[in-house]
Amino acid sequence: MRRILSIIGSRMLQLVIMVLILSFVTFLLMKVTPGDPIRAILKVDDVISTTAEEDRLMKEYGFDQPVLVQYSRWIWSVAQFDLGESIIAKRPVLDMIMSRLPATVALSIGGMLVLFLVSVPLGMLGAVYEGRWPDYLSRWMAMVGASIPSFWLGLLLIYFFSLKLNLLPVMGKGTFAHFVLPSITLGVAMAPMYIRLLRERLISTLQSSYIEAAKARGLRKERILLFHALRGSLIPLVTMFGLSIGSLLGGITVIEILFSWPGMGELIVNSVMQRDYPVIQGYILIIGFLVVITNLIVDLMYLMINPQIKQGKELG
Amino acid sequence: METTLIIKTSRLLRNPNMSIGMLLAMLLAGVTFLGGALVPHDPFQIDMSNRLQGASSAHWLGTDQLGRDVFSRMVFGAKLTIGLGMFAIVMAICIGVPIGLFSGYIGGRIDAFFMRIIDGILAFPDFILAIAIAGMLGPSLTNMIIAIVLVRWIVYARVVRGLVLAEKEKEYVLVSKVSYSSTFKTIRMHLLPQVMPDIIVMAAIDVGKVILLISALSYIGLGAQPPIPEWGAMLNDGRGYFQVIPSLMIYPGLAIMLTVLCCNLLGDGLKSYFDIRKGRDYL
Repeated sequence: MRRILSIIGSRMLQLVIMVLILSFVTFLLMKVTPGDPIRAILKVDDVISTTAEEDRLMKEYGFDQPVLVQYSRWIWSVAQFDLGESIIAKRPVLDMIMSRLPATVALSIGGMLVLFLVSVPLGMLGAVYEGRWPDYLSRWMAMVGASIPSFWLGLLLIYFFSLKLNLLPVMGKGTFAHFVLPSITLGVAMAPMYIRLLRERLISTLQSSYIEAAKARGLRKERILLFHALRGSLIPLVTMFGLSIGSLLGGITVIEILFSWPGMGELIVNSVMQRDYPVIQGYILIIGFLVVITNLIVDLMYLMINPQIKQGKELG
Repeated sequence: METTLIIKTSRLLRNPNMSIGMLLAMLLAGVTFLGGALVPHDPFQIDMSNRLQGASSAHWLGTDQLGRDVFSRMVFGAKLTIGLGMFAIVMAICIGVPIGLFSGYIGGRIDAFFMRIIDGILAFPDFILAIAIAGMLGPSLTNMIIAIVLVRWIVYARVVRGLVLAEKEKEYVLVSKVSYSSTFKTIRMHLLPQVMPDIIVMAAIDVGKVILLISALSYIGLGAQPPIPEWGAMLNDGRGYFQVIPSLMIYPGLAIMLTVLCCNLLGDGLKSYFDIRKGRDYL
């Protein structure tokens, strides 16, 4: 129990440090660079910009205050679970992000499914035929896969499947068909790391004594591979998922832009272009929260799967 | 002297990935440096009477929607993309490595404090951070590079600090310490050479990663702005014309892929040359 609490505590500390530093850096950058959201609002409203109008809005949003005062105001409202209001869209930031979240989660699940379908067979192929041509094939595919820009892969898929073969829709969200290309792009882009890891883990698992024991009991090769070795090798993949949630959330951004997928990634890029900083700050907070919570869940799951770790750590 | 060089080179090239990577690197370098001399088109020269042409003897890879020579733009883009990738990594190393060395060597509270901060930032998706920084500074090539350096130095600090922790209790460091060498001298003479191979391997792979980052940021409009022929920006630029001339989409993407592949192969080859423990993956 003490261990669980200390894990939760250190993850929460990580979240606080992360969000404080990153939101402060973007806030500061926002203030020291030319161009401010006031002009953007005036442009959106199509009002002829006057100095008086600018001053009024500056006051209204508190932009005439010193930077630290503005920043601490933001922190204070966050502490009360209020992320503020978008300057451009005039909607609560939390609503805006939450309305985009389901699309991003749906695409992530699609991507994970493809990731699983691609990396498990290739990783197994590499491990079972270690040092022979299927292994080289799987390693080369991982190497080349890691070198392909994901958005280019998406462009190629759009070109062949949508424009040439006319099988799938180019962009947007709606039917199942809309899911296919973005999910493949995301899954394939993330696969190389997992292929390599699964291959390495499987190779070492296949040499362990419980596999030898299973072989000695005369179990069929396929059975040993699928039910014994693979299961033992999937645990590191869970940890890996915790570590790569960040690259998933980052990688999905480009893919959302490419396919005009109405997720969070599209929101942040548009907000950054318009310097809509309450949305940017809120976004950093939410992403930080998602990353840390995922890692926390992985930590706790790991503890439950493998009680030895728990005991070992507490004795040590 | 010469024989050791030959032995070293042959040991280096024994790794098949290294040989292929070297070959690819020479090919890329050849095209980059000789390409401009072979086809003397101005990459920025607009020629509306020759737009969207296929490959010909005058335009090896055809022309784009503004009639600019695609091959010339690719060659110019190669210098830009590869040069910027290397520059960003050198900058990140210059910031990250000293911090990692000192933080790890000095240890104690300062180290613990630094690492708390670094771990906090590292867990955050670097691509999203780069988007936020590049966007706040305003979309341009320079600002994108600043954003990438700000995001990447942390990784070097973290890895180098970990290596120093493993080394600093070893005897040779202790000997240097008791023989009245200054902290600075111990770090420079003993620890820096020790972590150098790791930094080299990491940098080789990282140049590829940064090139992917540069092209992705440019593609979404937060990096190189038109008419600069950065590869990612070229893909963004020609978006509307892929259906007519797919080669506008094929070549820049292929160039990015081959360059990044080259970095990955060289990194892999160097890793086995320096005999760096298998499975130690860089962030």
